[in-house]
Amino acid sequence: MSQSYSASEMMSVTASRALRNGQSCFVGIGLPSEAANLARLTHAPDVVLIYESGTLETRPNVLPLSIGDGELCETALTTVSVPEMFRYWVQGGKIDVGFLGAAQVDRFANLNTTLIGDYTDPKVRLPGGGGAPEMATATGEIFITLKHSTRTFVEAVDFVTTVGFGRDGSARDNVPNIGNGPTRVITDLCVMQPDPATKELTVTSLHPGVSRDDVIQATGWAIRFAPELATTDQPSDHELAVLRDLKARTERHHAEA
Amino acid sequence: MAEFVSLRDAIDQYVTDGATVALEGFTHLIPFAAGHEIIRQKKRDLTLIRMTPDLIYDQMIGAGCAKQLIFSWGGNPGVGSLHRLRDAVEKGWPHPIEIFEHSHAAMANAFEAGAAGLPLAVLRGYIGSDLPKVNDQIRFIECPFTGERLAAVPSIRPDVSIVHAQKADRRGNVLVEGIIGVQKEAVLAARHAVVTVEEIVDDLDCGPNACVIPGWVISAVAEAPGGAKPSYTHGYYARSNRFYKDWDPIARDREAFSAWLDSHVFGNGASA
Repeated sequence: MSQSYSASEMMSVTASRALRNGQSCFVGIGLPSEAANLARLTHAPDVVLIYESGTLETRPNVLPLSIGDGELCETALTTVSVPEMFRYWVQGGKIDVGFLGAAQVDRFANLNTTLIGDYTDPKVRLPGGGGAPEMATATGEIFITLKHSTRTFVEAVDFVTTVGFGRDGSARDNVPNIGNGPTRVITDLCVMQPDPATKELTVTSLHPGVSRDDVIQATGWAIRFAPELATTDQPSDHELAVLRDLKARTERHHAEA
Repeated sequence: MAEFVSLRDAIDQYVTDGATVALEGFTHLIPFAAGHEIIRQKKRDLTLIRMTPDLIYDQMIGAGCAKQLIFSWGGNPGVGSLHRLRDAVEKGWPHPIEIFEHSHAAMANAFEAGAAGLPLAVLRGYIGSDLPKVNDQIRFIECPFTGERLAAVPSIRPDVSIVHAQKADRRGNVLVEGIIGVQKEAVLAARHAVVTVEEIVDDLDCGPNACVIPGWVISAVAEAPGGAKPSYTHGYYARSNRFYKDWDPIARDREAFSAWLDSHVFGNGASA
């Protein structure tokens, strides 16, 4: 019998399990970083974590607050310049997985981190693309993790900062030298994967205790469910212990300075 | 050959109103002391270039220094928005600014192309993104050998680039260590380069492949201990995560921001 856990712990553990041992992963800050490091500290000790600040094969003891925290550099195999990172390592096709978050995701897994509203008259201005636009096309595949709500899961994003499968699902068709794009989206309610034919995000696994209706209510389009809908394995005691320990020491560290 | 000057004189001489200026440092080694000196000297109509505008450009934009901003990720890392940048873009305060928005890959390539003396950078980028629709500095070309469609952006050639580093020797050669970002490219891409350092030493004491920028491609070196605070200098001091969090409520409010600027930048000449 597993101990009790929160929905966000369920999300982080499920996201961490998506990474396989030995893969190389370009890690976004925040939830992706939490999941990727949890993977490294549990089932995937030889996963290679890469942050866009140039840190290759980094093993941070605490989660970074920024993409360029000293911790990432001090625990890395080596640190390269940012042009080298994007030219040789990302564009050069050396990275298996890109792990991303976003402000908005739509039914074709396009990501918006630019703005809400109109570009010339934004309602809310967001930080922008950063490393994501090229990570999404140059890495082998993309995992996306974020909390599930009608605010984050919208029918069509206001702005495609980073392409999933485009406005109609065909953006990657016949494009040379492009990765597979988003292969799974992990939320606090479920796991979604693109339909093999249409590329529309489809629920393939519900987290324990989550109903279809919970997901329908939290999604901004008429979300589909796979015919063979799985139930996500709940977190193990070990995964929960490692995650809580990681978060506790991260919090202590960032409170200090 | 780099001249050793005060930070005040370096900014006065090399940052002119209307100039295109890049203050680089990717989360690490952000040249805050130099940015504050630009604010104190009330430089105006600058085209500011930086991959991650960070708090330093939030402060400079809020202080009215900027006419244009070229950037690729404009957030407060780990905290949220840059509220002075947002106020300028969304409400035109203290005056409207024009933005040219890129991805990190494009800007990193554009700095490198600038350092290489090329007019443009070519990358496999922006596929399926809406960014080319809102930034006419992003275009596409066909590879003459394979026919592949590739993105092209103009190279970055600042009038002046400003970076912070650990140390300079007495001939003005500069050592950068840790996360080195695009600092070397920014220096080599610019007409003039100003470098602030934690200290000036007799010997850089580094290995043969260290990131050393020779003094003869630098215009001015100014000693500015703590010059990257509240960001950090690898080997000297840590990032003040607390300041980055504390900045959020200050920057949200125009009056709180103006008061902070008066007391921390105009008031005493010390950096945060």
